[in-house]
Amino acid sequence: MKRIYMDHAATTQTDPEVVKAMEPCFTKKFGNASSLHQFGVEAKEALEESREKIAKLINAKPSEIIFTSCGSESNNLALKGIMYANKKKGNHIITSRIEHHAIIETCKYLEKQGFTVTYLPVDKYGMVDPGAVEKAITNDTVLVSIMHANNEIGTIEPIEEIGKLCREKKVYFHTDAVQTVGKIPVDVKKLNVDLLSSSAHKLYGPKGVGFLYKKEGINLVPLIHGGGHEAGFRSGTENVAGIVGFAKACELAEKRMDKEITHLRKLSKKLVDGVLKIENSYLNGHPEKRLPGTNNFRFDFIEGESLILRLDMKGIAASTGSACSTKSLEPSHVLTAIGLKHVQAHGSLRLSLGKDNTEAQVDYLLGVLPNIVKELRKMSPLAGK
Amino acid sequence: MQYSKKVVEHFRNPHNMGEIKNPDGIGKVGNPICGDVMWIYIKVGKNKKGQEIVKDIKFKTFGCAAAIATSSMTTDLAKGKTLDEAMKLTRDDVKNALEGLPPIKIHCSNLAADGLHKAIEDYRKKSKK
Repeated sequence: MKRIYMDHAATTQTDPEVVKAMEPCFTKKFGNASSLHQFGVEAKEALEESREKIAKLINAKPSEIIFTSCGSESNNLALKGIMYANKKKGNHIITSRIEHHAIIETCKYLEKQGFTVTYLPVDKYGMVDPGAVEKAITNDTVLVSIMHANNEIGTIEPIEEIGKLCREKKVYFHTDAVQTVGKIPVDVKKLNVDLLSSSAHKLYGPKGVGFLYKKEGINLVPLIHGGGHEAGFRSGTENVAGIVGFAKACELAEKRMDKEITHLRKLSKKLVDGVLKIENSYLNGHPEKRLPGTNNFRFDFIEGESLILRLDMKGIAASTGSACSTKSLEPSHVLTAIGLKHVQAHGSLRLSLGKDNTEAQVDYLLGVLPNIVKELRKMSPLAGK
Repeated sequence: MQYSKKVVEHFRNPHNMGEIKNPDGIGKVGNPICGDVMWIYIKVGKNKKGQEIVKDIKFKTFGCAAAIATSSMTTDLAKGKTLDEAMKLTRDDVKNALEGLPPIKIHCSNLAADGLHKAIEDYRKKSKK
């Protein structure tokens, strides 16, 4: 059976060129970038070259990139780091209700440590209102953290505008750009951000490496203390192979971006048009201000985990925000924040497309999905009532 | 999700799925934990000894693979049993017949057994009138 991957918002296949770029770092250039000998110098060179390439993709200086192990670590470092470093300035954070767990859970932890957090609501498309951010800022506010684009529904937030008002109000602004770096243009200057998180495996890079962009001059308390790597902000021997892979992925993303956006928009349009022909189906998220490949639907009367497993039986990999699919047995906080009832969130399906998906694959999906929905509805006591 | 072969089998091809026209009893249950909904329909008959049995049973379920598989297995286990025997079916019977469930899905087996018991209670309530 053919297997079709439509879960690129979860992770992506490492590009063969990335793997090729990483290979020598395991075998020949395996040195510790802190060592003084030739092996160390080679590793250090590879590390700094990578830092330059990555910085270039987001219009930052190389010295503004702190390498981490993943997007979650970057988010933790941004939030905890800035709040602990600015205890004298205040103790208030503003974020949204649709952030990734790596932000929400970090905020909850910080609340337990005595910080206060405002979780801003979003509209039915998942949009944060910049006016609401402005209103929420108090003399006590240190940091605003709003994601660049949502991982479940793909809605792209008005980061530039929020960033501008944060500058005016003199509060730090962080954005979780894990879903956007390498996918759509990300320019830290244009976006007016002080801190930005990214992760390699979302853009055809390897797992286990991320970065935090930190604007020059901003201080952070590190999460990991040790040998003072990454200018003291993140100790631990650098994952040179991963970082080299990340840089290659950024280089490829920069080269391919325009073409890929066009490709994904076209595929997504076909997909959305086709899926919405199914009765009682809806698109979640913003109809236009959405990531080119991320499409989230909901189907009345059926449950998402059943849907995913039936699709998996047909070789299609997708994901859902249904309560049945989560460890907490709570429906996705993103879907409830955009106003969906528990029962509606139950029937959600995310199809996130990537560069290697084809029209033929979308056609195949559109061929099998209506039947699966029909079969599950036949089973459902809620259908036809 | 790591489901047993038996669960996958019942999820792929659920047994006794659908509804019974003019059922003798219906058990409608909702899961307060995850939001799943299950309806069990029964038709009651008699065996040679004259005892009341579950002559026919069908289900409709809005829920995950575990919810569907437990519904299917419950109907299999109950079919042909006397009402008294069927009332004694527990969630563990359902779970064991399915060769286990992931820990987070145990609550699904509760729902199916509850649905069956409610359908029988519904029948008994109606037949008293």
